[in-house]
Amino acid sequence: MQAHQRMLDPTPNGLHSGESPLLQTLGLTKRYGDFLANDSIDIDIWPKQIHALLGENGAGKSTLVKAIYGLIQPSAGEIRWQGQPIMLSGPSEARSRGIGMVFQHFSLFDNLTVAENVALGLDGKESFKDMSARLEQVSKTYGLPLDPKREVWQLSVGERQRIEIVRALMQDPKFLILDEPTAVLTPQEADQLFIVLERLKAEGRAILYISHKLEEVKRLCDTATILRGGKKVDTCNPRLETAASLARMMVGGEIKEVKAAAGRKTTVPRLVVNDLSLAPGEAHGVRLEHISFELKGGEILGIAGVAGNGQDELFAALSGERLSKDPGTVVIEGIAAGHLSITQRRKLGAAFVPEERLGHGTAPRMKLSENALLTGHAASGMVHHGFIDTAATLKTVDRATETFDVRKAKRDPEAASLSGGNLQKFIVGREILRNPAVLVVSQPTWGVDAGAAAVIRQALLDLATAGAAVLVTSQDLDELAEIADRIAVMFHGHLSAPLATADATREKLGLLMGGSSLEPKEAAHAVGA
Amino acid sequence: MQLVLEKRAERSNTIALVSPLIAIGLTIVTMTILFAILGKNPLLALHAYFIAPLTDSYSLQEIAVKATPLVMIAIGLSLCYLANAWNIGAEGQFLIGAVAGSWIAVKTQGTDAGPWVLPAMLVLAAAGGALYALIPAICKVKFGASEILTSLMLVYVADLFLDYLVRGPWRDPHGFNFPTTAEFDPVATVPLLIEGGRLHLGSIIALLVVAAAAILLGRTIKGFEIRVVGAAPRAARFGGFNSNQLVILTFAVSGALAGIAGIIEVAGPVGHLQPGISPGYGFTAIIVAFLGRLNPLGILIAGLFLALTFIGGEQAQIAMKIPLDVTKVFQGILLFYVLACDSLILYRFKLVLPNRQVARGTH
Repeated sequence: MQAHQRMLDPTPNGLHSGESPLLQTLGLTKRYGDFLANDSIDIDIWPKQIHALLGENGAGKSTLVKAIYGLIQPSAGEIRWQGQPIMLSGPSEARSRGIGMVFQHFSLFDNLTVAENVALGLDGKESFKDMSARLEQVSKTYGLPLDPKREVWQLSVGERQRIEIVRALMQDPKFLILDEPTAVLTPQEADQLFIVLERLKAEGRAILYISHKLEEVKRLCDTATILRGGKKVDTCNPRLETAASLARMMVGGEIKEVKAAAGRKTTVPRLVVNDLSLAPGEAHGVRLEHISFELKGGEILGIAGVAGNGQDELFAALSGERLSKDPGTVVIEGIAAGHLSITQRRKLGAAFVPEERLGHGTAPRMKLSENALLTGHAASGMVHHGFIDTAATLKTVDRATETFDVRKAKRDPEAASLSGGNLQKFIVGREILRNPAVLVVSQPTWGVDAGAAAVIRQALLDLATAGAAVLVTSQDLDELAEIADRIAVMFHGHLSAPLATADATREKLGLLMGGSSLEPKEAAHAVGA
Repeated sequence: MQLVLEKRAERSNTIALVSPLIAIGLTIVTMTILFAILGKNPLLALHAYFIAPLTDSYSLQEIAVKATPLVMIAIGLSLCYLANAWNIGAEGQFLIGAVAGSWIAVKTQGTDAGPWVLPAMLVLAAAGGALYALIPAICKVKFGASEILTSLMLVYVADLFLDYLVRGPWRDPHGFNFPTTAEFDPVATVPLLIEGGRLHLGSIIALLVVAAAAILLGRTIKGFEIRVVGAAPRAARFGGFNSNQLVILTFAVSGALAGIAGIIEVAGPVGHLQPGISPGYGFTAIIVAFLGRLNPLGILIAGLFLALTFIGGEQAQIAMKIPLDVTKVFQGILLFYVLACDSLILYRFKLVLPNRQVARGTH
């Protein structure tokens, strides 16, 4: 077991008020089968502290906070709360002790009101009326405006997050865990959140802030604990580190820099979208409204925006998973394709990479060679007279493995057995090896480790250099700034006019992501044809 | 101590092969207990069920004859199930196939029509079964009706339709008012493989169907389409495969195979159309499909095994007065265990020590 007289984690400015930290883990270990998700992790969290938890996907951040919040039981080690060892039977016990958590994925019922959703998360000892009054009071006190009577499906993602935060605050937690809270916010909304968090800190509460946005962590947090491969690498003061040094600790080495080839030339328009409007396919989906853009060969167009503003619907309309009545709305390589199926669009030279890797981009329980066939059957010589050429599918797997450094246990494993980064490299590789004229890719590096992300971004740049038109949808503004030539923003199914990346400051993009217009004089809804 | 199911990183191919054997083992254990409760000597009963039918040539042939419809229907069903289309009504498609094929036999009765009769009967039976299977398929695709319910309900419709025909328009005038058609002409009868034996041409057709299904699923893009639509519907749509078309196709194929099985049964071992031509082949074939891992070769083996239980059940009834319904109990228990054991392909059991002690151990 861990020695108890070990050095306490450094805390800047002697912030700790008592002798023992508010929350402490000692040698916390979580084992899943043979896999050590958390390997003997020590972390000290003091009152009045915003403590960052940094690490790549799979580093063990989620496992650690789930153990602290009582969602999973550690395999070994101990959690201490105000100096006393505790055994949490579940999240409700954690909440009753004063530990709150805001998850990255909200647990809200779309068809219930804000107040009803909050009531469902509380233990229900007070009347609904009292609870609603308290809800309004808490939201007013912390500057988190919410209308308790509105139904959740009408709210923006930022507002939905507010519900989760207010719900957590209504339990008056001493310690609040936030899992990637800014992933779904515009830069301006993130700034507002930081003001709330600073205020909670000033009230003497502790915050554990999970993120991989390093600039944000440097700005907000006084302490940062970095995890890598389930182990704690270091605890440090992020303000004394550079973003690069933090990244090195997270990754455990240098990250290859992504380089765009100089003098990339744009050629003819390869993907043109003309006044595309499409009703949503499912309840509470987003209607696409008069979307138009033109994408030339050699060019990368980025589409920014908060999730759920129509990006998924746009992807489905471009890929042909949803068809448009008017063929002219989507033009691929000069051919009207709005009415064509995804297979026919692939035959025109288009390739697609969806956001969801497992279940959409690949069949999880099928082999990689079969998943190569999934998108390659139309136009890659893998099928002769209805019969599958197994050698050709395996060759695609081998080529993707070699070109994009896909790491796997055997030659042709099931898709689900690959790590997120390696599977994404395979999927991107599978499409790029088809030499597409147009590549539409959604969230190319979402949940992918930094090394794989660099490989994928470089591949997209190289593809554009080779003359393809590339459309990248991403919530990561840094990623778009790195690879895109122009950036447009989606909001409520509308697509803004693209900005040249050099002009696309975070402020401008943030305004567009929040639905404001850059030129207020122009009519907000230009009436299309 | 706690027993938990833990997800495997990759599906276990070993368990996929062994799981039916575990299921058969567990079924035999359960049956032993059941025989003991019924007051029968379990060892003798098991011998009657599983060993005795394998010891004489007549029973061995009879096993192949019974396995023929089971395998043919189960192959069709496996295509449906792989594509996530739940055809439960093969029994009805079997009966309609038998009726459709018998139509020619009845109409050409005594006309000395020629050798085209049997092939025409097979074709018409296939068409009849396929069309009958298309009713639930189209209801599912067009209106979102549950194909499980509609296909099952149509079984009873088919059953009563056949009943009506053999009691009414098609009844043999010289049949002493028994509900049956006249005995089919030789040209309308499936030829025997061995003169004086039981084995008939249908068994060869079943083997050809198995081989064709193995090639379809393993080698062709259509087979891949069937597998991917069932395994990952959204990925299949992304791949450009239309799941609705596939529901139609797999239902039609399985209906056609059930229909052919139906006419072979009527024009073969039975020799005429009558009620009760099937001891539940269409339902037992569901067990055959799953016991055979939805794999053509597996289905062939599973079909022979379940045919053995039919023959064994008859022998046990004769020799030990064990009710014939025990065979159905046996088949039901077997399906239950097969489905239960299948969870081990994706999961494994694990003993977990309570971590309370571990956590307390720090002090």
